[in-house]
Amino acid sequence: MKNSFLQKNKDELLTYGLLLIFWIVMEVMRRGGMLTSHFSSMLVPMTYYAIGAVALNLCVGILGELSIGHAGFMCIGAFSSAIFSLLFKETMPTAPRFFLAFLVGIAFSALFGFLIGIPVLRLKGDYLAIVTLAFGEIIKNILTAIYLGVDSKGVHIALNMTNFKIETDGIKLINGAQGVSGTPRNSSFTIGMIVLFLALFVTTNLIKSRDGRAIMSIRDNRIAAESIGINVTRYKMLAFTISAAIAGAAGVLFSHNVTTMTNISNYFGYNASIMLLVYVVLGGIGNIRGSVIAAMILYLLPEMMRGLNRYRMLIYAIVLILMMLFNWAPAMVDWRKKTFGALFKTVTKSNEKEVA
Amino acid sequence: MALLDIDHLSISFGGLQAVLDFNVEIEKGELYGLIGPNGAGKTTVFNLLTGVYQPDEGIIRLDGVDITGHSTEAINHDGIARTFQNIRLFKALSVIDNVKAGLHERFPYPTIAGILKLPSYRKAEQEMDEEAMKLLEVFGLAPERDTLAANLPYGAQRKLEIARAMATNPKLLLLDEPAAGMNPNETGELMDTIRFIRDEFDMTVLLIEHDMKLVSGICDRLTVLNFGRILAEGETKAVLNDPEVIKAYLGD
Repeated sequence: MKNSFLQKNKDELLTYGLLLIFWIVMEVMRRGGMLTSHFSSMLVPMTYYAIGAVALNLCVGILGELSIGHAGFMCIGAFSSAIFSLLFKETMPTAPRFFLAFLVGIAFSALFGFLIGIPVLRLKGDYLAIVTLAFGEIIKNILTAIYLGVDSKGVHIALNMTNFKIETDGIKLINGAQGVSGTPRNSSFTIGMIVLFLALFVTTNLIKSRDGRAIMSIRDNRIAAESIGINVTRYKMLAFTISAAIAGAAGVLFSHNVTTMTNISNYFGYNASIMLLVYVVLGGIGNIRGSVIAAMILYLLPEMMRGLNRYRMLIYAIVLILMMLFNWAPAMVDWRKKTFGALFKTVTKSNEKEVA
Repeated sequence: MALLDIDHLSISFGGLQAVLDFNVEIEKGELYGLIGPNGAGKTTVFNLLTGVYQPDEGIIRLDGVDITGHSTEAINHDGIARTFQNIRLFKALSVIDNVKAGLHERFPYPTIAGILKLPSYRKAEQEMDEEAMKLLEVFGLAPERDTLAANLPYGAQRKLEIARAMATNPKLLLLDEPAAGMNPNETGELMDTIRFIRDEFDMTVLLIEHDMKLVSGICDRLTVLNFGRILAEGETKAVLNDPEVIKAYLGD
């Protein structure tokens, strides 16, 4: 009984195990003062990019729909939760407020995922990618342009500074291009890792359930999925919404880590979406563990090489190529199969699919 | 009352009359064949039956219920399952997961139960495993349960597609060229399997096939289509000896 449990869940247990070891090592090194303050400050961003990669892999690898607007969902999660935290900064204790901020961020990004999914999921392939890109940009640009505040007279919304007549006793929630400032700094490495574990738990369990099978059957052959009575629209929407919700959770960690969100194009623009996609593709499309590992390595790497200023991007490019070869080259896949055998079972599985 | 009753079914694509005035009545438990030269409209009939196309005219009744105009998904729930001429498996899923995808509607549990692995998830998944294994045994695919569908040999892929269709517990099974690309041994095996399904599950089967050995071997009755119209219908032997049919197949 015990053994069959291990056998059945070997893959997930390996993921959780590797992550747990990483967490403990980082925690010990951090407490022992072995990490530079610069490196420590990168641990939280690393967790939220890993979460974003998990979310995007659910959409790209499991649902099979290429989205290049996922940073937009992170953006919604970040802004909605930051606004919530600003409103209740004085009136609520930290722990429950941050917990509720997560729920708010997740709920809003899920809602937008659902609404955007309605038109977007009617499209296929390149068209779907282009439209998700457009929605990502729309979200980012609206949030850059908007002014939002509350004061004793109620809620103020404006699209330019002169119309934004907020009393001095009010709170400026979104201040146009200056973004949101004064969000409490509640994110920590521990919370980031817990959310990453939860995101992995939700995603892997979803994949292994009846709904996950339905989602993957739509990815593999939509016509056949319909012919066996699977409600294609429902499961596409389900996967897209959950994916957006997880990206939203990453956004909550983001806004409660940077505290001042200005110049959001850098964080939530096209480049951020592409960066998430790079993590997913290099980690292995449909391979959740791979995308977490790729996100961690590829996020930490350029930051760690700041000392090598001139050669930094050169080395980054070489690492990208090496990772691509390691993950996808047929000879490498064979070698890995021989060497690591059962350990990397799923990695080779997803590769075989692509190679064939 | 016939299990499947098709009345005056017609569809045209632009100027092409793909199917015109197609009628058939298939009794429960019957093995019925639909044959005809290439381009005769056989697969179009299947696509009309499964809601891929909506007919211009005509009524389709399954077990006395009018199912004309239903969506593909709804028609599967009504009780028709099919296989495809060009195999459409879920290639990146394992053999057993392909069948379990077919069991999807029969063992429901809420999404949240799956995410939290609640008892209802475990119970339903176990029942699905058992049911799927039963079907895989029938098709001799049980030893391959964890193989990826894409890695199966061709003949086994055809069988898996039938197993997946059977998993939806249909009243009527549509097979689109099940023996295409099979060697005589495999075809013989397939004939046994189809007969077994009919007897064991009391299944009604409508199949499109070019392999005359299979058609004459297992079909009780036939309809021959040519240029979208019915050329002949009736008992298999009589139809296959009809000079009109021979002419359509072999030319003058």
